Amino acid sequence: MYQNNIIYGLYDDDNMLLQGINYLKKKKISIYEVYTPFPIHGLNEILSLKKNINLSKLAFIYGLIGTIIGCLITWYTMNYQQNIGGKPNLWFLNLPSYIPIIFEITIFCSANFICITYFICCKLFPCAKNTNPDPRTTDDKFMIEIRTNKTNIEELITVLKNSGAIEISVK
Amino acid sequence: MYNESSIRNQLIVSKTYNNLTQDILHPIETKSGKLWWIAFIIAIIATLLGIACIIYTIITGIGVWGLNRTINWAWDITNFVWWIGIGHAGTLISAVLLLFRQKWRLSINRSAEAMTIFAVIQAGLFPIIHMGRPWDAYWVFPIPNQLGTLWPNFNSPLLWDVFAISTYFSVSLIFWFIGLIPDFAMIRDHTKNPIKKKIYGILSFGWSGKAKHWYMFEEISLILAGLCTPLVFSVHTIVSFDFATSIIKGWHSTIFPPYFVAGAIFSGFAMVQTILGVARKVLHLESYITIKHIENMNIIIMVTGGIVTLAYISEFIMSWYSGNIFEDFTYLSSGAATGPFSWAFWVLIICNILIPQLLWFKKIRKNFLWSYVISIFINIGMWFERFNIIVLNLSHDYLPSSWTGFLPTFVDIGIFIGTIGLFFVLYLLYARTFPIIAQAELKTILKSNVSK
Repeated sequence: MYQNNIIYGLYDDDNMLLQGINYLKKKKISIYEVYTPFPIHGLNEILSLKKNINLSKLAFIYGLIGTIIGCLITWYTMNYQQNIGGKPNLWFLNLPSYIPIIFEITIFCSANFICITYFICCKLFPCAKNTNPDPRTTDDKFMIEIRTNKTNIEELITVLKNSGAIEISVK
Repeated sequence: MYNESSIRNQLIVSKTYNNLTQDILHPIETKSGKLWWIAFIIAIIATLLGIACIIYTIITGIGVWGLNRTINWAWDITNFVWWIGIGHAGTLISAVLLLFRQKWRLSINRSAEAMTIFAVIQAGLFPIIHMGRPWDAYWVFPIPNQLGTLWPNFNSPLLWDVFAISTYFSVSLIFWFIGLIPDFAMIRDHTKNPIKKKIYGILSFGWSGKAKHWYMFEEISLILAGLCTPLVFSVHTIVSFDFATSIIKGWHSTIFPPYFVAGAIFSGFAMVQTILGVARKVLHLESYITIKHIENMNIIIMVTGGIVTLAYISEFIMSWYSGNIFEDFTYLSSGAATGPFSWAFWVLIICNILIPQLLWFKKIRKNFLWSYVISIFINIGMWFERFNIIVLNLSHDYLPSSWTGFLPTFVDIGIFIGTIGLFFVLYLLYARTFPIIAQAELKTILKSNVSK
């Protein structure tokens, strides 16, 4: 579906933004994107954003992978590779002294991989082009982006005005 | 059922979102002042001195340090532990206080985390130089090598340290960077200089402030805080294991880990006070780093200082009550108080136990200048704590024939000054190029007091 009209509504207050979104929802207007300078609590519920990925669970899984790597590395190098005077050197007998390293590898894998996952999910990478239409949205303004097929957008603009937008632009 | 605490007073008054943006942009957009250049040049000179001393050490050998057969590590490991300890406050502020929902951290977390990263860089330098052959430093990592079955010893606390410090550095760095992305985006959108726009554009990773990105941003911050919290405690625990797992008298295995962690936070907050005290004045951040922030940090200093004091007392009592003659010259004993290193002992007691007690007075706790002076004393005291733990214990060995003293050479001192210099070089560059306050997150708490 080709959406040829993009309408931006600019708000100057986060409460006005939330009220505006509620108003637009009542009018059955679907919001394409919201740009804000800081996280606004309750925005995800109003927009009914769904996470396509559960970062917390994934972080746990990455940590688990780290734990396994830690266990394998300590077992392989210290138990399989080394024979210290033929003394009993089973991995689990020495486990207490491997715990710090297993722990650190767990944290290392979990934290680093979850960040990479986050970047991939949000398509954030060095030199990526920013898509916020107005530079003021990183300062003190809040912006709603609506994409529509309708050719008559006058009606939409009035709705946006009524919702409290201080500036409306059409692209 | 839960009781809601009473609503706290607003931390930052009479600032709008735009004020905050402009205040953060100001040091980046304007030219550096004379004071900055003077400080920068001094720091550069100190760094060069450090580099010269490091080169001299590597070319000549570790023999140029003040070490001897009995005291086989002293100055460098003291500096290592001191710098690592300083780093801990940054992670504590950004991770632990995030989990406790302490909003006052927002004004100081960025700078404290920067301090963490720069301090860990200084700390990491010392073991690498002490290796003698720094180009072989990668041997500490478990990588398949040409040496057959020779692997690093995973039973050794020194290897645990390698893992702890490198994990700590990388996790702190990404935590810091994730928080920086929205602020870099702000600078990208508002700077007038096209070259800066380009650089901050690359650094901001194309951040646009989309609702979903923010939603996931908050989740990832929480996850990373959750991971950093055990990490920060583990790192100094492992640093304490460097000593505690040995069989040297006075390095008591059971008390060292908790006491090192408390000491690290104690010294770290003192360093945050010292650095932010200057940054606050020079960069005019008085309305963001208020006296309430200073007081809160002072309270944390009091709590951790109290834990450290308690640890000192128990160490003292144990060394006395054990009746062991070798324990009579551990770093907290009557032998230490009257022996050849008594000056170091009393510097420790005065700087770490007595002077911080002044913070019990609300007037002093809420006084900017007093807190600043006390923080410097704590920095000195915590350096001496590490010095005493290491040098005093080692100087009186089990064999009286090998008892000896320790005097640092100019190389020792030069390297230490060099790391302080490098730390300030990095910090001064940071203060001019990075958003020194986590402005995006701070904006979330500005709201309720700005009348529209």
